[in-house]
Amino acid sequence: MRRDTFPLGGVHPPQRKYTADRPIIALDPPAEAVVFMNQHLGAPAQPLVQKGDQVRVGTLIGRSRGFISANIHSPVSGKVIKIEPRIDISGYRRTAVVIETQGDDWEDSVDLDDTPTRKISFTPDKIIKTIESLGVVGMGGAAFPSHIKYMLPENKKADTLIVNGVECEPYLTADHRLMLEKPDQIMQGIEVMKKAGRISYALVGIEANKPDAIDLLAEKAKFYPGTEIRSLRVKYPQGAEKQLIKALLNREIPGGGLPMDVGCIVNNIGTAYAIYQAVVHHRPLVDRVVTLAGSGLKNPGNYRVRVGTSVREMLNLAGDQMPPDTEKVIMGGPMTGKAILDLGMPVSKGTSGILFQNRRECSSGPSLNCIRCGRCIAVCPMGLRPYLLEKLCRMKNFQRAEQERVMDCIECGSCAYGCPSGIPLVEYIKYGKNRVLEIMKKRREK
Amino acid sequence: MTTRSSLLITFPPHIRDPQSTPRIMLGVVVALLPALAGAVYYFGIHAVRVTFFSVLFCVGLEALIQKYLMKTRVTITDGSALVTGLLLAFNLPATIPLWQLLVGAVVAIGITKHSFGGLGRNPFNPALVGRAFMLASFPVQMTTWPIPMQNLWQAGADAVTGATPLGKLAEQGVDQVPEYLQFFLGNVGGCLGETSVLAILIGGFYLLSKKIITWHIPVMYLASFTLFTGIFHLVNPSSYADPLFHLLTGGVMLAAWFMATDLVTSPVSRRGQVIFALSAGFLCGLIRLFGAYPEGASYSILIMNAFVPLIDKLIPVRKFGKEIRYG
Repeated sequence: MRRDTFPLGGVHPPQRKYTADRPIIALDPPAEAVVFMNQHLGAPAQPLVQKGDQVRVGTLIGRSRGFISANIHSPVSGKVIKIEPRIDISGYRRTAVVIETQGDDWEDSVDLDDTPTRKISFTPDKIIKTIESLGVVGMGGAAFPSHIKYMLPENKKADTLIVNGVECEPYLTADHRLMLEKPDQIMQGIEVMKKAGRISYALVGIEANKPDAIDLLAEKAKFYPGTEIRSLRVKYPQGAEKQLIKALLNREIPGGGLPMDVGCIVNNIGTAYAIYQAVVHHRPLVDRVVTLAGSGLKNPGNYRVRVGTSVREMLNLAGDQMPPDTEKVIMGGPMTGKAILDLGMPVSKGTSGILFQNRRECSSGPSLNCIRCGRCIAVCPMGLRPYLLEKLCRMKNFQRAEQERVMDCIECGSCAYGCPSGIPLVEYIKYGKNRVLEIMKKRREK
Repeated sequence: MTTRSSLLITFPPHIRDPQSTPRIMLGVVVALLPALAGAVYYFGIHAVRVTFFSVLFCVGLEALIQKYLMKTRVTITDGSALVTGLLLAFNLPATIPLWQLLVGAVVAIGITKHSFGGLGRNPFNPALVGRAFMLASFPVQMTTWPIPMQNLWQAGADAVTGATPLGKLAEQGVDQVPEYLQFFLGNVGGCLGETSVLAILIGGFYLLSKKIITWHIPVMYLASFTLFTGIFHLVNPSSYADPLFHLLTGGVMLAAWFMATDLVTSPVSRRGQVIFALSAGFLCGLIRLFGAYPEGASYSILIMNAFVPLIDKLIPVRKFGKEIRYG
């Protein structure tokens, strides 16, 4: 088996995938679910319920608004007790539907069986419609509404479906466990996705630190012509779609472009499973696998948890509690995840992990002067000059920042990870990207 | 609604490579220890004296300047002044008077480093500017070389002095030079830390193994230097020494591994570093063969330091994705 990786930049953070051998445990529904209407990239969904309404698991409670948006279904059965703005993971107040759980009563349309036996006889359009109506979004973290990826413009054609089983963030093992425990379902999900995109060839990229998953899926792939499993050399950020396409196909997405510009559609392993569940069993996206990790936990592991479950309640359900020496709680992986303010933050469709760090583990402290060591340039997978971009953004020289291709930054954090002076490079670059985006928008309007 | 919490909120990434700036500086100090050991072995108490006071002056001056002149946080714990102190000492003869050493330290730390904004902001290598200033100001003392292994531990006695191999070469021609093996081990006259090629190579490989430097600068510097001196040797062996002689003598090894690789004053990109090192190696050879000074290593780097901003600006980094299509 060929073992490739992307050539430009990259880092090797310690992997710390301690939960890789912990089977996925399904947790009970939480006593209360906090369901944000903006769990996806794009426009928030429009709430369809009112205070006092009764809902079942799978009831549509938020309708997609606009082209880039997604439907939201109730993750629990019970009564809507509040619809109010709450602080979400981005730190802003957003509309959330709060549901008090009573029992676990699912919508009749949902098939709770998970056996991959049925023949898929849907047309591509019907598959895309189903994915859209059941609220499937990218499960890797960005939560981009999945159906849009399969609605290619007239002048574009995709020849390869890329399935992302890289899971390059340290600690996270949710996709790894899913591949080990649901291989047939994932393979069938890939068949569905190939059909939706009218693509005959699928490539599954998995990093070499998951040999059991590679072997298992390669075994299954024998029965699925046109699907190939590829082992990749471990390097962060291989799970970023641009780097993954480069590693697998040696194609480079042009600046500002999308995977479809090089004939690809990229979806995550978790998304493949979610699409399988939606299309084969008509099950909306109401739960997901989340890795619970941290050195002070009693029961770290991989848990299937309902969307809307707060971190506090997830810990309770897993028979655990916040370690007393916790300094920081991170949603997502340690490279790109976000620190949360308190344990009331709910799991959303894009939450891949919850990580507890103690004082020793979390890197903080004042930053020192840049010593021009050039490490940020050497590790940038996009070939940017992060030290320069950080300076330009800090000095508000957005014009030069744009010339230096600040918008190419994928915010993988490799530069800040490697910076010996502890300079928060991504922070200013992110700020600069937002400002440049505004400037570009204004320019377009003229 | 939400309970009060004391959780820490910071931007990602939430983990950091343990390689920090103080660790890098400490690594450089460790890498300089073999050369220090060589210096003490060959020049005895005189080497200890110069090194100790050079470090004391550099670190002390940095603390004083930051505390009383700049009124900022004192950052001597980052180790950079310690490195400058060691490198300045290594670029001086073991017999240098202390007051002259103090002048060099003031130029290195006060003028070259802190008048430009401190760590990371100085365009020129502080130790080399200190040395260049001393060479211009005290030409006699700066070119009086103690002979190794003489009067090692007699602090009061004057060291026995003599010419360096490069000095002999300049004055007496190709045939009048001692053994190459002695050069390699460091048993020759010269600056404190530059004589033992063996010790410098050990330190250099340590820097490589700890990933504090990459191979690009030292290899390219020595390659272009060897090529330049080699061409002239091939054309006319009777008036130009062979490249091996040039590699083993003077400060070229110390320069290639420890002075040109200074992170702050070298280009940030790999391509830039290659151009920088090739040019500096060429300049070093040019000064040696045709300049007024027998040695050109420190000037070659100082001259190229001046071009670093230009190199950083003009040399593009290899970017991902060809065309730009935003908006």
